[in-house]
Amino acid sequence: MKKTLALVFAILLLAVSLVGCGGAGGEKTTIHLLNWGEYLEPTLIDQFQKENPDIIVKFTNTTSNEEMYTVCATEGTEIDIVVPSDYLVERFINEDLLAELDLNNIPNFKYVEEVSKTRTFDPESKYSIPYMMGTVGIVYNKTLVDEPVDSWDILWDEKYSGQILMYDSIRDSMMVALAKLGYDINSTNPEEIAKAGELLMQQKPLVYAYLTDEIRTSMIGGSVALAVDYSGAAVGAIQENSDLDYVVPKEGSNVWVDNLVVLKSSKNKEAAERFINFLCDPEVSKKNSEYIGYTTPNAEAMKMIDPELLENPAYPISSDVIDRCEYYKDLGDDLSLYNDVWMKLRTAG
Amino acid sequence: MVRLKRFFKRFYLAILLFFLYLPILMLMVYSFNGGKTMAKWTGFSLNWYVELFKDPVIMEALGVTLSIALLSSLIAVVVGTLAAIGINEYKKWPKTLTINLTYVPMMNADIVTGISLLLLFIFMRIPRGYGTLLIAHTAFNIPYVIFSVLPKLRQMDPNLYEAALDMGATPSYAVRKVLIPELMPGIMTGFIMAFTMSFDDFVISFFSTQGLVNNLSTYIYSMARVGINPKINALSTIMFVCIITLLIVTNVQANRHSKKQQKQQRI
Amino acid sequence: MKKKFFALPYIVWMILFTVMPLILVLVYAFFNTTPSGDVIFTTEYLASAFSPESLSVLWRSLGYALITTVLCLLIAYPAALLLSRLKPRTASILSLLFILPMWMNFLLRTYAWRALLDLNGPINQLLGLLGIPAQQMLYTEGAVIFGLVYNFLPFMLLPIYSVFTKMNTSYIEAAEDLGANKRQVLFRVILPLTRPGIITGITMVFMPAVSTFIISRLLGGAHYMMFGDLLENQFMLLKDWNTGSALALIMMILLIISMALMRKYDKDSTEGGTRLW
Repeated sequence: MKKTLALVFAILLLAVSLVGCGGAGGEKTTIHLLNWGEYLEPTLIDQFQKENPDIIVKFTNTTSNEEMYTVCATEGTEIDIVVPSDYLVERFINEDLLAELDLNNIPNFKYVEEVSKTRTFDPESKYSIPYMMGTVGIVYNKTLVDEPVDSWDILWDEKYSGQILMYDSIRDSMMVALAKLGYDINSTNPEEIAKAGELLMQQKPLVYAYLTDEIRTSMIGGSVALAVDYSGAAVGAIQENSDLDYVVPKEGSNVWVDNLVVLKSSKNKEAAERFINFLCDPEVSKKNSEYIGYTTPNAEAMKMIDPELLENPAYPISSDVIDRCEYYKDLGDDLSLYNDVWMKLRTAG
Repeated sequence: MVRLKRFFKRFYLAILLFFLYLPILMLMVYSFNGGKTMAKWTGFSLNWYVELFKDPVIMEALGVTLSIALLSSLIAVVVGTLAAIGINEYKKWPKTLTINLTYVPMMNADIVTGISLLLLFIFMRIPRGYGTLLIAHTAFNIPYVIFSVLPKLRQMDPNLYEAALDMGATPSYAVRKVLIPELMPGIMTGFIMAFTMSFDDFVISFFSTQGLVNNLSTYIYSMARVGINPKINALSTIMFVCIITLLIVTNVQANRHSKKQQKQQRI
Repeated sequence: MKKKFFALPYIVWMILFTVMPLILVLVYAFFNTTPSGDVIFTTEYLASAFSPESLSVLWRSLGYALITTVLCLLIAYPAALLLSRLKPRTASILSLLFILPMWMNFLLRTYAWRALLDLNGPINQLLGLLGIPAQQMLYTEGAVIFGLVYNFLPFMLLPIYSVFTKMNTSYIEAAEDLGANKRQVLFRVILPLTRPGIITGITMVFMPAVSTFIISRLLGGAHYMMFGDLLENQFMLLKDWNTGSALALIMMILLIISMALMRKYDKDSTEGGTRLW
């Protein structure tokens, strides 16, 4: 007994020291990236670390802007770079949580400048650099839905009861209901918000499940008819299952841009800017975009993108889609209206 | 009726075990799958076992899990054993108070323990990372050691230690040579339990670090939403096989040992 | 040096990492910092912790936990009985087999169940071969309770089994000799003798089940929120530490109540419900 224990002990120590050795040696800066799941081509970190041997990139994943906010706004975080969406950047700026970027350290900025200027929350790129873009729409299975899909209404059609997946996120759920009702997707009118909430409550019995990243796998599986999902996830799903299609409903939707920002509390701003610059490199951005499926804001990268991807109904963001879509805005204190409605929806049985 | 009963008796445990092992079997089988999801079987492949060792993030998460489990249970063994020796000498009410407070982390819901530790780290402005993970794990491990050692202390002759001191041993010598050997079985049980608890924990790790340090369980939590990575299946299969082997080895040894004893007794 | 002082490092540790966090939960639950920096007492957070929404989640969690505990007991008790009747060697190996799955990460096991229960998962495919149409098993209340029972079953089984192995069988023989029938033996002799194990099992299943988080999201498709999920929401999504602390307080009060109840029913055992296995 004792011998075996000693042996186990020795093996454990060995394992720990072996695994621990990886990070040793030299004066290295570690930058910590807080990212969405499956939102960075996995070999790119290796490539960056090879090109910049003095930097180690660590990353953690989250699934919502809300969780991202919580983690970054809690005192004493060791996160350096975050990838928030439009409205979260706005909130970060309002709460003074972001470091001002030095664009001299990000020469590749010129490739994303065009898109950057259109971002109402930070047109001068003082705090944020566009990373990827996309829309929110409906992914559907053509073998299970035989009517044309062009409206959010279909998500309330009882014919599809138990075959609908909703995105488990406050803003996206509310957006769908607000858009269906014809209201502004950034509405702060309590009555409109309450009505949208009621609509989501009515929909609950029809919904198979509220999921996030798992929607992609479920849709590929082919047993679910309709799902609300992000365009990039839809790209991947359509690539693996040709029965699927993607549409941005006619009532309008959310077009979003996720951005690279450095937190004010970061002690490694310069290294972080080097990583941001790396991600803005056209070759890198192309490779990244082709892997994760979201649309690159990088003009040079876009020219090189795989033509097959441009054929994918979810990849390119056409101008008429942009016309009927909007960015989310930070709601400030009115956010609690959304939270209350959403909690009611989630806690209901 | 009788037949049914006999059938039930014979197969009830087997059916239960089948259900307990069904998901594990599923994981193990699909670690040898060529494809990426558990939805489709595309053919036998050892690919994921090769990929596993090339994945720095998984390897690091494994390192964090093992080193935290080892360090936190070692600290818990030292602090906890000393604490048990001390608490055993306490008068009635301080003893009851300390023991009851020691129950708290064991009995409290994991999620409440995790949250309260998070509040503490925020309040004391300790950056959440490896250090706070270690503190959190040590915090829930110490009670297991204390409650494994205390019963052994009660069984022990209380005068043994004093006798050693009277004969001129220094306190540290007396502890090392008299107390510790007597308490060893309890300490070992405590260590193994602490290690297991730390190895398995997800909820407290997640909340006390806000999910920012990847140990295996928080890594699985964050990655698996995108679809379980078959590399993780491969890793779990390896670990599971290791544990089974270990158990078989210890069992066989223990058996041999007891048989030897029986023989000796017979002689 | 007196032996008493050996506990000093632990006492300091305990005050820092056991007592302080609990005090902080109380502080966050009852005190509010005004914009001008004053700290004032408030019951506002407690009120929102007792809102109709969170109460509905609480009742649901208590209900699920109750069903889970009863099911675990009904499944585990006969299993423990059967296990204790086996040859000691077989029994020790089998009981080990019941502990072993706990070494596989519980998230992974739950994810595997998800794949198994899926509409086009292996179970439904098997049913299909038998000519039975695919059943929706995933994302139902049944799936959530199944997941809870699956995860907590060993915690019920082991304490009961360990009491069975220590039980003096001569009581049973005596009862049989004195003419008790099988039912009388079970209800009058065996059940009372195994009560400490049952009570330990209940404490190890019921409260952890109430505070479970993530199982209901993974297997219930976020349709049936449990109390643990509610806490997670307050802390991770809404960053509302005050209401979150008030909710945690409810959890702690529940724990104290259930411990007190258990102690009342568990006068025989001096150690309370804390012997693990």
